Amino acid sequence: MSLKEAYRRMLLIRYFEEAIEKLFLEGRVMGTAHTCIGQEAVSVGIAAALQPQDAMTATHRGHGHFLARGADPSKMMAEIFGKSTGYSKGRGGSQMMMHTEIGFYGSNGITAASIPFATGLALDASMRGSNRVTACLFGDGASNQGVFHESLNIASLWKLPVLYIVENNGYAMSTSTDQGLSNPCIADRAKAYNIPGATVNGNDFEAVRECVTEYASAARAGKGPALIECLTYRLSGHSKGDPRVYRSREEEQDAWAKDPVKSLEKHLISEIIITPAEIASMRREVTAQIDQAIAESERAPAPGLSEFRNSLFAESCSVKTTDPEKTNL
Amino acid sequence: MRNITFTQIIRETLESEMKRDESVFLMGEDIGVYGGAFGTTHGLLKKFGCTRVRETPISEQAVTGIAIGAAVAGQRPVIEIMFMDFITLCVDQMVNMAAKLHAVYEQSCPLVLRTPPGAGRGYGATHSQSLERLFCGIPGIKIAAPSNAYDASALLQTAIRDDNPVLFLEHKLLYPMRFEVGDKLPEPIPFGFSKITRQGDDLTIIAWSYMSVIALQAAAKLAQDDIEAEVIDLRTLCPLDIETIIESVRATGRVIIIEEGPITGGFAAEIAAQITEQAFEYLDYPVKRVAGMNLPIPSARDLEAACIPSVEVVTTEARDLAQAD
Repeated sequence: MSLKEAYRRMLLIRYFEEAIEKLFLEGRVMGTAHTCIGQEAVSVGIAAALQPQDAMTATHRGHGHFLARGADPSKMMAEIFGKSTGYSKGRGGSQMMMHTEIGFYGSNGITAASIPFATGLALDASMRGSNRVTACLFGDGASNQGVFHESLNIASLWKLPVLYIVENNGYAMSTSTDQGLSNPCIADRAKAYNIPGATVNGNDFEAVRECVTEYASAARAGKGPALIECLTYRLSGHSKGDPRVYRSREEEQDAWAKDPVKSLEKHLISEIIITPAEIASMRREVTAQIDQAIAESERAPAPGLSEFRNSLFAESCSVKTTDPEKTNL
Repeated sequence: MRNITFTQIIRETLESEMKRDESVFLMGEDIGVYGGAFGTTHGLLKKFGCTRVRETPISEQAVTGIAIGAAVAGQRPVIEIMFMDFITLCVDQMVNMAAKLHAVYEQSCPLVLRTPPGAGRGYGATHSQSLERLFCGIPGIKIAAPSNAYDASALLQTAIRDDNPVLFLEHKLLYPMRFEVGDKLPEPIPFGFSKITRQGDDLTIIAWSYMSVIALQAAAKLAQDDIEAEVIDLRTLCPLDIETIIESVRATGRVIIIEEGPITGGFAAEIAAQITEQAFEYLDYPVKRVAGMNLPIPSARDLEAACIPSVEVVTTEARDLAQAD
């Protein structure tokens, strides 16, 4: 992924999330959503380090992860609008989307639930001898769930090709990492499981990409998992309607000074990789893309109950009969 | 014909399914050299190696989640949870991941979770529970609860070949019991078809898992008093074969449901509700439940026996119901 493309994806995530916040404020969508404004460099840095056959699992704050991996913003928007054209046909909403064709194995509403799931994807890759690496994304809050520790222990024992990537954005909802972590360095936990641990500036696209690339190569070479901690900041609230009473506006201002989208933009301009005119046109394109996604989503049909009811179970099962007499042995 | 234990047929069925399909593999605690706490995987490590007979640390939640991930990626994991009581540790992954995958993402999850419920061995309050009720109200999980070797093999094959998550109950009192089965394993049978294990027209007794054994023993005693009970062995709780139940209840007008778990909030209550909704006018008497007491399972032998349905209690309750005017 070129730096230009990385910037475009970060811009897409930023504008998408801003649009979502506005849509909620205006009451045009219902439910809830957790936006990732300020964390765009983590998602795009990871996506840039992955290969097409690789897998990614995401969190409840997963729009950025999915867009970075190459999701269609129109289908994502339709999902948030609860329409049949959405990735989960309106059944999942903001927190539950999956598209395995691009190696995206789902955002997930349960904190840390995707950690063993991603480990299972890696077990499959290991059993098949494939060259797939799984990037398992989760937050600082998830690192306090028991299943995080269980999974890292097993992945280390079995040398599974999985990267545990924690987006440390400073807060588990309103609980700061000061209150939630006995040791503020999550990467240190890698030592307990005899795997490499690394801390990286999560607001620096290139730093994230390099770090993930390095450990993905190691995992692909059979060296097993790693724990990568990306230090970032959630500039947005936890979810819609968060009054952010747990932190000061000054703290937020300091964090805005490290805005990853602005940082990359400055870098690209100073290195003459991109011109201000190109940036302006890219912004117009991304804005138009999102406006179109919203317009399409509003027009899209609502999902039907009968199709949903028929989807509870996978139908495919090799054992079938319509004759109960035959089985009443 | 052969006379073999329930344990033996589970082991043979696992072996046969692993031979049939390379994507079938086992995960669980102490399932390798030790052969599983109840011996159901004895010898399989030697036959299939540690990749497909995968011993795990004591991490039930992660093991369940790992199995779900592997299943979504195309494997067919069969996990063993040593005692059903430990399934509380798997509930998040089963309820919030496995049960949601198809309904929300239209993603198949061919996973089997095998586990032994049940009291009767004096193992105490945390190694004796029947906790299927935790899953009966969770759409998206199938539940099989066989009561004999034939059904266990046939249903386990179906469970492994099904593209959905299946909770598979192997009552621990069944493991050492011996059954007559053919030289070859039975053919798989589809879920959702109960079995009328005894025909009768005086009353209907409904049960599953080991309680189906109790039901047949009670029915034999009742026959000595010329009371002919029809016994329905559900075989699967989800899907539930309500049609067979309703048909039988319409004919007998009297029904007892036996459940080993505590009477309050159990699956018997759900069956009773469905009978009342669908066959109320055919009932001569209210639906009767014989179930475990609303107490933890105690360890002391007589105390434990007093807390769960016995042949004697079922026989007495059934006789009273059959002879009521």
